[in-house]
Parts: sequence; C-alpha cells; structure tokens
Amino acid sequence: MEAEAAKLIGAGLATSGMIGAGIGLGVLFGNYLQAAIRNPAAAASQQTMLFLGMALTETMGLFAFVVSLIILFAS
Amino acid sequence: MAEQPAIEPMHQFLIHKLVQGPVFQIGGVNFDMSITNSVASMLVGAALIVVFFLTTARGSIVPNRAQAVVEALYNIVDRILVTPIIGHHGRPYIPYLFTLFMVIAVLNLMGVVLAFGNLAGQSWTFTVTSQLAVTATLAVLTFFSVFILGFIKHGPKFLTLFAPSGMPPALLVFMVPIEMLSYFVRPITLAMRLFGNMLGGHVVMSLFGSFVVALGIVALSGGVATLALIPSVLSFAMIVALTGLELVVAILQAFVFTALATVYLNEVVNFGHGH
Repeated sequence: MEAEAAKLIGAGLATSGMIGAGIGLGVLFGNYLQAAIRNPAAAASQQTMLFLGMALTETMGLFAFVVSLIILFAS
Repeated sequence: MAEQPAIEPMHQFLIHKLVQGPVFQIGGVNFDMSITNSVASMLVGAALIVVFFLTTARGSIVPNRAQAVVEALYNIVDRILVTPIIGHHGRPYIPYLFTLFMVIAVLNLMGVVLAFGNLAGQSWTFTVTSQLAVTATLAVLTFFSVFILGFIKHGPKFLTLFAPSGMPPALLVFMVPIEMLSYFVRPITLAMRLFGNMLGGHVVMSLFGSFVVALGIVALSGGVATLALIPSVLSFAMIVALTGLELVVAILQAFVFTALATVYLNEVVNFGHGH
C-alpha cells in the first residue's frame, strides 16, 4: 500500500473516536430531556450545566478530529 | 459537458495579504505586520463591537432596541454564568468575560452572516475563529491569566489545587500527575473546541455549496442528466438549514467558551471553599 493511501485511511479511522462523543452527547441530551419533562420547572436552571457537559463531551470528539488532522497535515 | 469547478472546501481558510506591511526582525524571528484577510476581519469585528457599544453606552431607563440587545447580552454573562457559578465575588471579572463573549460571538457570526465567499476572484470574508492561531491566543490568554490570578490571590497555597483534600498520601503519587495533566490540557481543549466547531461547520457548508454548482452544471447538459437538478436543489435547501444551525453554533460556542472560562475562574475565586 502506498504511504499516502495509508495516511488517508488512517485519518479516516482516527475519526472513529467521534463515535464515543456521539454516544455521550446522546446520553447527555436524552437524560436532560427526560429530567426536563419530569420536572419542567427545574429545567431552565440546569441549562448552563447542560452546555458545560456538552462542551466537555465534545472535547473527546475533537481530540479524535485533531489526531486525524495531525495524520493528514503534520506527518 | 461544461467544465467542473474544483471542489476545494479548505480554500476558504487560506490567509493572503491584502496590504503589504513592514517586516520586523526581533531575535531572529520575522514579524510580518502586513494586513491579511484575517487581520482585516478582526479589525472589522472590533470596529463593529466598538460602534455597537458607543451607540448604546448612554443608557436610558426605558431602553431602546439597541440598548435592549446589549442588556440581554450582558445578562447572558452576568445572570446565567457569573452569578450562578461564581457568586457576587465574580463580578470584578465580568468585563473580561463579557469582552471574550462579544469578541468570539461577533467574529463567529461575521463568518456565517457574511459568508458570500469569493467575489471578483478575491475572498472578502473570513472566519477568524477558524484559525487555530486565533483561538489558541484567546485560550492561552484566558488560561494563564486565571492561573496567574490564582497565585496572586492565594500564593503558593494555590498549588494544593493539584492535590485533592482527603486523599490518602499513597494515592497522591498517581493523583497529582493526573490532576496536573487534566489541568494543563485545558487551554488546548478550549482552543480546539472553538477551532474545530467553526472549521467543521464551514467545511460542510462549503461542500454543499459546491454540490449545488457541480450538480447544476451536470444538469445543464440535458437529457437524463437534468435529474441532477433535484439533488442540486436539495443541497441548496441544506445550505439554508446549515446556515441556521451555524448561527446557533456561533452563539453557542461563544457561550461555551465563556462558560468554561467562568468555571476555571470559579476555582480560583472560590479556592478552598469546597465548591
């Protein structure tokens, strides 16, 4: 296999780390909605925490994105 | 069949010089003071913010529309972030956090709203926050000013941040390096989050934009190929939807960046209060 082709495949594979971030975001928003429907009065007060959790979960996906960018452009 | 334009989704992030400036050399490193499209966009963003606040600075009791917008933006930082997370001790830091929020929000929005791309062979608009250099500067500035503030406020005692209280001494050997790693990775994640979100969104928008043109050209060749108009129109509808999404993401990322800066600041301001 050519090195260039292996690099592209590797970059694609590296993005599979985003699966975890996707699951995490689903769990996060799913649970938030469940809680918000059970107790709508408390929902607004937890929105900041929701977005913080979203940001931290997204970070894991972004690490995968960065690894793939490093493989593509910095090696 | 007409010639297909090249699909280059990364082309929009290229930096090129608009005005050649002087080049300084300090310590063997070249500092090129040219006005690039990145610098020009930042200047426009800064000018927009300054003009916006100058026109609304003279507050009245019954706010007009512009003042209502400013007050709503201020409330995002004050009532939603600083007061619930830090408490009233956080009020002295609102100017920095609000500046951060406004700069990121305006630069993000400029990238989405003014995204008409290339006119006359020159790209006029530019998403400044899709440059890692810019987001890294914001993140490093935020992180280290908070870190240094910790030492100013608490002295060397601040280093106990890395050693959680009530921890058995044997575990500290493992915990301190892990805590330090997770602490010093923060500026990287701050920079990467904003950079990745803006880059990703704009690449997807650019890809769908080139689908519209490429499939439209295929459709022009007539016959069965006319069916290519359907995905072309669908791609256009997708751009409209994505633009809406990007508007949300632009504000949300500014909010998230500010929220994380507030959380990091909270550790310093309420240090040792068991928050």
